[in-house]
Amino acid sequence: MEELLKVKDLLVSFSMYKKGFHKYELEVIHQLSLDINKGEIVAVVGSSGSGKSILAEAVLGLLPKNATVTGEVTYKGNDIDEKSIRKYLGKDIAYIPQSVDHLDPVMKVGDQVIGVNGTKERQEELFEQYNLPKGTEEKYPFQCSGGMSRRILVTSALMGRPDLIIADEPTPGLDLKMALEALKDFRELADNGTGILLITHDIDLALGVADRIAVFYAGSVLELAPVEDFVHNSDKLRHPYSQSLIKALPQNDFTPIRGTQPYAGDLPSGCLFSPRCWLRDDKCAGNIPMTEVRGGKVRCAHAADG
Amino acid sequence: MFKTKSLVSEIIRLVILLFSVSLLAFILITSAPIDPLTTYVGTESTLSPEARQEIAQYWGLNDPLPQRFFTWLGHLFQGDMGTSITYKRPVADVIFERFSMSFVLMMVSWALSGIIGFFLGMACGKHENSVFDRIIKTIFLGLKSAPTFWLGLIILTVFGVLLGWFPIGMATPMGKVSSDVTFADRLYHMVLPAFTLTIVSMGDVILYTRQKYVEINRSDYVLYAKTRGETDRQITRRHILRNIALPAITLQFASFSELFGGMALAENVFSYPGIGTATTAAALSADVPLLLGISLISALFVFAGNLIADILYGVFDPRLREGKANA
Repeated sequence: MEELLKVKDLLVSFSMYKKGFHKYELEVIHQLSLDINKGEIVAVVGSSGSGKSILAEAVLGLLPKNATVTGEVTYKGNDIDEKSIRKYLGKDIAYIPQSVDHLDPVMKVGDQVIGVNGTKERQEELFEQYNLPKGTEEKYPFQCSGGMSRRILVTSALMGRPDLIIADEPTPGLDLKMALEALKDFRELADNGTGILLITHDIDLALGVADRIAVFYAGSVLELAPVEDFVHNSDKLRHPYSQSLIKALPQNDFTPIRGTQPYAGDLPSGCLFSPRCWLRDDKCAGNIPMTEVRGGKVRCAHAADG
Repeated sequence: MFKTKSLVSEIIRLVILLFSVSLLAFILITSAPIDPLTTYVGTESTLSPEARQEIAQYWGLNDPLPQRFFTWLGHLFQGDMGTSITYKRPVADVIFERFSMSFVLMMVSWALSGIIGFFLGMACGKHENSVFDRIIKTIFLGLKSAPTFWLGLIILTVFGVLLGWFPIGMATPMGKVSSDVTFADRLYHMVLPAFTLTIVSMGDVILYTRQKYVEINRSDYVLYAKTRGETDRQITRRHILRNIALPAITLQFASFSELFGGMALAENVFSYPGIGTATTAAALSADVPLLLGISLISALFVFAGNLIADILYGVFDPRLREGKANA
C-alpha cells in the first residue's frame, strides 16, 4: 500500500482575546494522527462543531493568521506546510468544500471549474460524466441548484486528476438518491486509485462507503480502524468511545452514554474521554500515545488489556 | 436590462425631485433677509423711492410668493431661466459657462480620486495592519474629518503662498487677455483645487476598497481558489479585483453629491470661477433666478450620478443582470 497523506501529532490553536486584552491560546485540535493510502477512503467521523473542518483547513494551509499549526504532515513522504502544499493544490491534491458559497459569485461556472490548470476539453468531459446539462458552464453559481453546485464542486476537484481528495461534508443538502450517487462516485474514484479523506458527521454514510474510519472526539482522533470493525457490533473496537458510539446507533442497541463532549478550551487532561469512561483509572491521566492494536490504531491506556 | 417601466418611474422621480428642490430653494431664498433690489442698485444709490418701486413692480417683487414661484416655473417651461441679477446676463448662459469650468475640475478630481484611491485601498487591504496600511488609514480618516475649506486654505498657504509653486487663485493668469490664455495656463491653475478635491474625496474610496479587500480575501471562494492551485496574483486578478470593482465603481458614481458639495467650498477658497463661487455670489445678493437655476442643475447632476450607479450595477453584476432576465 502506497501511503499518500500522513498526519502525525497535529496541533492547531488560535490566539484569542478574552475580556479585552487578555490573550490566550485556544487549542482546537491536538495529538491528531491519521494516514490515507492510495485507493482508500478514510472517513473522519465526529459530531458537528467538534473541529473536523479545521483539520481539513489545517492540512490545506487555509487557516487564518491567528492560527498556529504544529505537528508533522507529509504527502507522499514529503513534508508539507502552508506554503509548500501550494504546488500540489489543484493538481495532486484537491479539496471539495462544505458549501457552495465557495464558488465565486461573479464568475461563470465553466471558468471556475477549469480554473488555472484545467482545459476546456476536460471540463466538457467531466460535465457529461456528471450529468451537468449543456450550457451549465455559461451559468453563474446563483443560477445553479444545490445538487448541480455539488456536482460542479466535484468536477472542479477532478479537473487535475488528483491523487488525494479531501472532501468536507460533501452530502448535506442532497436528497438520499443524490447522496448515494455522490458516494458511488467517491467509491469509483477510490477504486481507480485515488485516496479520499472524507470528513462527515454522518456515521451511516461513513459505514456505507469508507474503508477505514477515524473516530474524531473533542479535537483528536481516538481510534482509526477498518470499517468492518464498526459494523453490527462493537466487540472488535478498541476504544470505549467508539464502542459506545456504535452501541448508540438506532440499528444497534440504541443506548446512549452519560455526559457530553468537552469543548475546546475546557478539555480534561490525559485521555479526552476519561471523564465519561467506565474504565477510567490512574493510567488515563498521563499522555497516552497512539498504539497499534489488532490491526487498528487507538489512543487508550486500556486498549491492550483486551 | 433597463426596462421601459423603470425608465418611466425614474423620470417621474426626477420630475418630483426637481420640483421639490426648486420649491424648497425658492422658499429658503425668499425668506433670507437680503433685499435683491438693494443689492442690485447698491446701498448708496440715489435712486428715488418711486423709481425703486417701479423696478420692484417690473421684477414682480411685490407679487405674492406663490405667484412669483409659478411665474418662474412658467418661464422655465418656455426655456427661459430668467436673468441673473448678479451677473446681469441670462441664467442659462451663466450656468453653462460656470458649470463647464466646474465640470472639468470635478471630473479630474473624480477620476483621480477613484483610480488612485482604488489602488491605495487594494494595497492597504493586501498589507492589512502593516505600517503602510496604518499610516494611510490614519491620514485619510483625518482628511475625511477635516473641513474641505480648511484643508483648501492649508494647501493654498503651503503650495501657493509659502512655496509659491502654484497660483493662489482664479482659473487663468490675471491681466492676460482671454484669447492669449493657453491650455497649460488653465491646467496650472487647476492643480491646487483639483488636488484638494481629490484627497478630500479619496478617503471614502480607500477605506471602502480596503475593507472590501480584507473581507473578500477571507471569503470562502478565495480560500477555495487557493486550494485550486491559484497563486496569490491569480486570485487577486481573477476574484478579488472583480468582486471589489463592482461596488467600488458604483460607490464612486453615487459620490457625486459629496463631490459637488466639496467643490463649492474648494472653489471659494481658490476663487475658481466655477459654479461654487457663482452660488456664493448669487446667495449674497439674493439672486433668486440664478440660485434656482443652480439648484436645478446640481440636483440633476447628483441624480444622474445615482442613476448611472444604478444602471452600472445592473450591467456589471451578473446576479442582477441575469436575475432580471430570468424573472
